Amino acid sequence: MSIIIPLIFISLAIALIFLGAFIWTMRSGQYDDTYGPSVRMLFEDKKKIKPTVNASKNDS
Amino acid sequence: MELAEPPVKTKTKCYHCGLPCDDFIIASGENIFCCYGCKAVYEILNDNNLCDYYSLDQTPGVSLRHVREESFLFLDEPEINRKIVSFASDDFSRVHFFVPAIHCISCIWLLENLQRLNEGVIRSEVNFSGKKITIDFNRSKISLGAIARLLASLGYAPVIRLEGQKSRPSANRFLITKLAIAGFCFGNIMLLSFPEYLGMDEADHELKEVFSYLNLLLALPVIFYSGQAYFIAAWKSFKQQQINIDVPIAAGLAALFVRSAYDIFTHTGPGYLDSLSGLVFLLLVGRWFQSKTYESLAFDRDYKSYFPLAIQKKINEAWKSVLVYDLVKGDLIRVRNMEIIPADSFVKGTEAYIDYSFITGESKPVHVNAGDFIYGGGRLIGQPVEFVVEKKISQGHLTNLWNNEVFHKKEESRYKKIIDRAAQKFTWAVMTLSIVTALYWYLIDPTQLWLVFTSVLMVACPCALALAAPFTFGNMQRVFGRHGFYLKNAEVIERLAAIDSVVFDKTGTVTYGASEVKFNGLLTNEELGWVTTLANASTHPLSMLISKFISYPLLRPLKSFSEIPSKGIEGVIGDHTIKIGSASFVGFQGEDSTANSKIYVSIDSIVRGNFTVELSLRKGIGELIKKLSAQMQVFLLSGDHELEEKRMKTIFPANADLYFNQTPLDKLHFVSNLQQNGFRVMMVGDGLNDSGALKQSDVGIAITDDTGVFTPASDAILKGEELPHLNQFIKLSKSAMTILKIAFGISFFYNIITLSFAVSGNLSPLVAAVLMPLSSMSVVGFSTLAVNWVSRNCFRVDSLETSSPHI
Repeated sequence: MSIIIPLIFISLAIALIFLGAFIWTMRSGQYDDTYGPSVRMLFEDKKKIKPTVNASKNDS
Repeated sequence: MELAEPPVKTKTKCYHCGLPCDDFIIASGENIFCCYGCKAVYEILNDNNLCDYYSLDQTPGVSLRHVREESFLFLDEPEINRKIVSFASDDFSRVHFFVPAIHCISCIWLLENLQRLNEGVIRSEVNFSGKKITIDFNRSKISLGAIARLLASLGYAPVIRLEGQKSRPSANRFLITKLAIAGFCFGNIMLLSFPEYLGMDEADHELKEVFSYLNLLLALPVIFYSGQAYFIAAWKSFKQQQINIDVPIAAGLAALFVRSAYDIFTHTGPGYLDSLSGLVFLLLVGRWFQSKTYESLAFDRDYKSYFPLAIQKKINEAWKSVLVYDLVKGDLIRVRNMEIIPADSFVKGTEAYIDYSFITGESKPVHVNAGDFIYGGGRLIGQPVEFVVEKKISQGHLTNLWNNEVFHKKEESRYKKIIDRAAQKFTWAVMTLSIVTALYWYLIDPTQLWLVFTSVLMVACPCALALAAPFTFGNMQRVFGRHGFYLKNAEVIERLAAIDSVVFDKTGTVTYGASEVKFNGLLTNEELGWVTTLANASTHPLSMLISKFISYPLLRPLKSFSEIPSKGIEGVIGDHTIKIGSASFVGFQGEDSTANSKIYVSIDSIVRGNFTVELSLRKGIGELIKKLSAQMQVFLLSGDHELEEKRMKTIFPANADLYFNQTPLDKLHFVSNLQQNGFRVMMVGDGLNDSGALKQSDVGIAITDDTGVFTPASDAILKGEELPHLNQFIKLSKSAMTILKIAFGISFFYNIITLSFAVSGNLSPLVAAVLMPLSSMSVVGFSTLAVNWVSRNCFRVDSLETSSPHI
């Protein structure tokens, strides 16, 4: 049963890594806006439908 | 003569902003708009292939009817520019703007596609909950002022402030860090305590010991980091010789920790560390729940955020933008249409019209002549006017109000919160009980004395009691927020429940702040355009109101124009003669009721209808006042003159006192007089002139039609359309107090059970670990459910009441 002691320390260490990760993500401001990113990922990146007239004129 | 189709009253909604289009229908293609502002935004988006804006959310636009035009030219002055831009290099600059109008998916989408509207914008990103936008741009292609104007042209005008323009991290982050650590340790300690409760073999004695020492190690950050705030607060309250809820909490936490450490080191038991960490965790959850703040609302604004940042000043024969706080006596400044006159000054050169409605509550623009002395804060209407500054801003007539002592007092000390009253009694009871118990055990079995004494302190820790208020008030605050009533903090509810008199402001509170213009008659869109063109040429305030109301693009030039003072204006467009003015001026023969001032319109000598301008009463205000006056005293304090008294008499009950011509200071003194007579006063106002009274009152509520614009410092911000529900909010706060008292009862009930274990010396770690979280959970569950049930009932009854007349 004494194997359980190192196992517990390993599990605690892993849990601590996750705790640290949570605190880091929070301090870096990732939870400041919880609504924006959830809709932003749904926006389609449309390519420009009509190339701007000015640009083509300049090229020629 | 052929008339266009009469504008039928329909329930058509504006394609852009969703407001009903009752008065006019303006079409572009298949879509219908309520005003030309909305149509203009639609056309910009349509031209740039940005019409996805309308497919993401229904009618996402911001109504441009009430938007005040502002030029952002001052942003391009190097000195001001430097203060606002957070990073600048030759081809890359970054700026953060606060944009109160952000409210839906479409807003995010449009504002993040700004680069498609202007190639100078490199990237833009919206922070939705903070209503902020970060824009990266190339300043050689687009100036800061142009970006602000671009945003404003889409209906997303940024609000510029010098202080707080650069973002700062919220204090909430520390609380969440503490909460995360407490939660982490709580979970692990519970896991490691489990084998103990399930019963371990004597053979695993060694394991048991390792587990307890690990528990103790994990409990260290809980008590010394996460729980630190409770010890500091308890120490502070000791020094002030006041006992608040933190004292028994700190005593309980300390007792739990010391007793557990003792048990572990002497091998007499596993300790109560799971209870300890669970307690701290739950207490912090309560704190976090109560710390709900409305990030995008400001409850502490003073005159500084009302005044413009910059004004044009004459320096060496040239006009330059300077910061208004740098103005000194003798400076020559120029103020344009719709700008605010920053300082007390003399009018130079010409006459002017000044709108003081926000400052004094006076509803009609004031006419001033050259050489007149005027107070700062008014809004200029009409042509640019020059002023000679007489006093610095901080010494002005209006800003003097902020020198009153009310603004320098700490308000929290004026109220003794119910939780502190309860805690005080509770603490004395616990102290007495623990001493009596200690004495008893001293006589019976002195060896058990310390164990029993610490047990009593441990279980008396008023965790459930401390959670009752955060969850009851916090839930209620969220309910209020969903109904457009935003509280500065949850404690306002307690004061709201005790209110017994209400003071209303008139302009902007009982009536709408802005004048409503209505056209009665028939005009085609083209003819409306002519009327606007004509009205636009005049600087008379009424003409300005009309031209703002129908902001039709000026298509055809005005051939001739003449203004006949106190009669009207006349002009020729194409081959039509248009007259706007009094009944006799346009040749109106019919009956002219003089109740409202009407402005008649004639085209080619045929009278086509009239405009009415009035400050309309808010919907449902009469009923609200009737309901309120049945329960408490109601007053009206208006800065306006008595002319309005007759109309106000119709909505206020006969026994209500109405006061007119009140200065801001009068209002403040009125409220403090009421308070000295023992009344608990709620002030409802909207303008700068109410600031003193709002601050002095027990609950100051600022009314606003647009949460983005300036509201004076207050305890709560209420949306204008929700004002009729004010009595329900008061009723709900009273219910919240009842719920809180029942929750206190539940928590005392559990305390008595656990204390009976402790006093008899039978408190095992397992009993503590089960009973203590259970009591907290049941209090939290009860208050959450009760608040939601009560509020749902309250608003359901309301929707039945208001909908019944239509059936």
